[in-house]
Amino acid sequence: MVATTETINQVKTSTDRYKYGFSTEIEVDKAPKGLNEDIIRFISQKKDEPKWMLDWRLEAFKKWKKMEKPNWAKVSFPDIDFQDIYYYAAPKAKKKLNSLDEVDPELLKTYEKLGIPLNEQKMLAGVAVDAVFDSVSVATTFREKLSEVGVIFCPISEAIKNHPYLVKKYIGSVVPVTDNYYTALNSAVFTDGSFVYIPKGVKCPMELSTYFRINEKNTGQFERTLIIVEDEGYVSYLEGCTAPQRDENQLHAAVVELVALNRSQIKYSTVQNWYPGDETGKGGIYNFVTKRGKCLGDNSKISWTQVETGSAITWKYPSCILMGNNSVGEFYSVAITNNAQQADTGTKMIHIGKNTKSTIISKGISAGKSQNTYRGQVQIQKGASNARNFTQCDSLLIGNTCSAHTVPYINQHVSNAKVEHEATTSKISEDQLFYCMQRGLDAEQATSMIVNGFCKEVMKELPMEFAVEAQKLIGISLEGSVG
Amino acid sequence: MPMLEIKNAELSIDDKKILKGLSLNVNEGETHAIMGPNGSGKSTLSYMLAGRDGYELDNGSITFNNIDLIPLSPDERSNLGLFLAFQYPVELPGVSSTNFLREIFNSRKKYLGEDELTHLDFIKHLRKVAQNLSIKDEMLKRYVNYGFSGGEKKRFEILQMALLNPKISVLDETDSGLDVDALKIVSEGVNNLKDKKNAVIVITHYQRLLDYIKPDIVHIMSDGKIIKSGDADLALYIEKNGYSEILNEQN
Repeated sequence: MVATTETINQVKTSTDRYKYGFSTEIEVDKAPKGLNEDIIRFISQKKDEPKWMLDWRLEAFKKWKKMEKPNWAKVSFPDIDFQDIYYYAAPKAKKKLNSLDEVDPELLKTYEKLGIPLNEQKMLAGVAVDAVFDSVSVATTFREKLSEVGVIFCPISEAIKNHPYLVKKYIGSVVPVTDNYYTALNSAVFTDGSFVYIPKGVKCPMELSTYFRINEKNTGQFERTLIIVEDEGYVSYLEGCTAPQRDENQLHAAVVELVALNRSQIKYSTVQNWYPGDETGKGGIYNFVTKRGKCLGDNSKISWTQVETGSAITWKYPSCILMGNNSVGEFYSVAITNNAQQADTGTKMIHIGKNTKSTIISKGISAGKSQNTYRGQVQIQKGASNARNFTQCDSLLIGNTCSAHTVPYINQHVSNAKVEHEATTSKISEDQLFYCMQRGLDAEQATSMIVNGFCKEVMKELPMEFAVEAQKLIGISLEGSVG
Repeated sequence: MPMLEIKNAELSIDDKKILKGLSLNVNEGETHAIMGPNGSGKSTLSYMLAGRDGYELDNGSITFNNIDLIPLSPDERSNLGLFLAFQYPVELPGVSSTNFLREIFNSRKKYLGEDELTHLDFIKHLRKVAQNLSIKDEMLKRYVNYGFSGGEKKRFEILQMALLNPKISVLDETDSGLDVDALKIVSEGVNNLKDKKNAVIVITHYQRLLDYIKPDIVHIMSDGKIIKSGDADLALYIEKNGYSEILNEQN
């Protein structure tokens, strides 16, 4: 009898595995497939952008055409046909929206199903949400309350129109257009994303969060996020992502730029749960993302925390440029790969200012036939006297068919800097599994518990609301990897 | 019908025969002691009972309340009420003891179709149980068995036993590494849990533990079999004369 229940549960969980795999039937406005100058003009026009923005995009496009795809990451996939992608898809809005009540109920339902109610009364107190659906932001909550303290939280498409001075000053200042192939592409075709501005001396009174959803078939999502925190400001920003379960691969190439001025702090947390593809590796999101923060001011601090469980391929290195003296960069990461997933992720810490400090804690967990690589760079430039870095990379293997790799690059040009690197690789021990199971936990509960323990140092950096979700997600991602 | 019935258990590890036709019956309310020299197969017996991978029987049968245990996984056996206090409890780095205990406690409640306790109610319950075993709050904040002293590890095993309230408990060398004070605390813990409906199997080298946990029946195990059974006096006899005489008797 016990065995029968277990079988039923197993069948259930294997079909329910990716619970965000549904898609929404909604009328959309799409640009024709493919990429050329006209498409870029189309996007810019749709967004009603000023000329300087269009020129910036066209310039990026010109440069992109001359660039080569990067091939140094330890991931493999068939060549992407950039002419076979839709670069703009937006839910058809009947007219300009004035309030949340006017948002298409289908869309509200979608977010409800994803566990992100956009109805402010029902929302988690203290979290403001910007919901990005395919190429556009469909709703941003709590804007008025935030504007009372001078915080700007809006879709970047609106910021381009309403706060051009800020956007112009900082866009591309942290991640240059030609930083890499995908940043140039993003600069040319980015459609939406979030914009955050924290004025001098303001501690943002609530967590800000963006929820990214790719819905349309064959559509790429190219969002762009820009966060600027003035002197003594503070913000904690959360980002979540999901996509429907589809057989073909979809591209997500985002750019995130953070700017921290004197004595300010930015805490950026991500729970990435894009559709990972099925057990055999069919379908899933290609997550090629460039995230970078610049500690421009003295005594500023940028902290990245990421829990990466989704995507067929992840290629992502949230980094910190530590320019200000005494500035601090942190990177806490959990990357889980199962089945045929591939992840090549890590960080770069570029020490430029004096007494700069960075900490890297990376936990990679591989199961199934997956590949999990940590790739990290610590650079201590001339003049960064007394710089400090501590790096710890731990890998955990589940089963015998997965692999983990650690690739650290250290460039040190200062004699009194101190760089420490520790790395371990372990397997979930049979002793640990047996011990937990003897207490009545099934193999999956036991694995999830051991893995969550392994990730503890990173999980404790996540804001409360996210930590619980992330813990569950770790359990779900590893389903079917043991027993 | 005995609660636990092991019949002619044969088991090999890496082609080496460890259990060679072991039989044992345990009834409700009984305390059994299994004694024997090193390498007689005592720990193998405990892993076999708990269903550890690689410890499957070649021949023989085990039933628990009339249920065939052989096809069941360790967690299924645990849910039926079988508990193993480990000789070497396993460390779980990063897993907080309190969370671990709550997880196993509520998971059992769920299996039994009973209401799970809220975090707060569980903490209250846990404090009470822990106090009886002289376990301080501070220890429960640490990671499971991580950096615990030998005595702390053994007390933590009995704490889990108290929370899960098993029908049959196998204590594998629970006395090893304990000083007299810790031995008393642990034994008292076990004795407090003992009632007419449950049973305990104590596996030990030494008679010492049996001063505190009084066995109804003592078995001598040697070379993968039980070669002699008797009452508590048998343990005292071993203490005085060693195993050799009984072993020679057999040969």
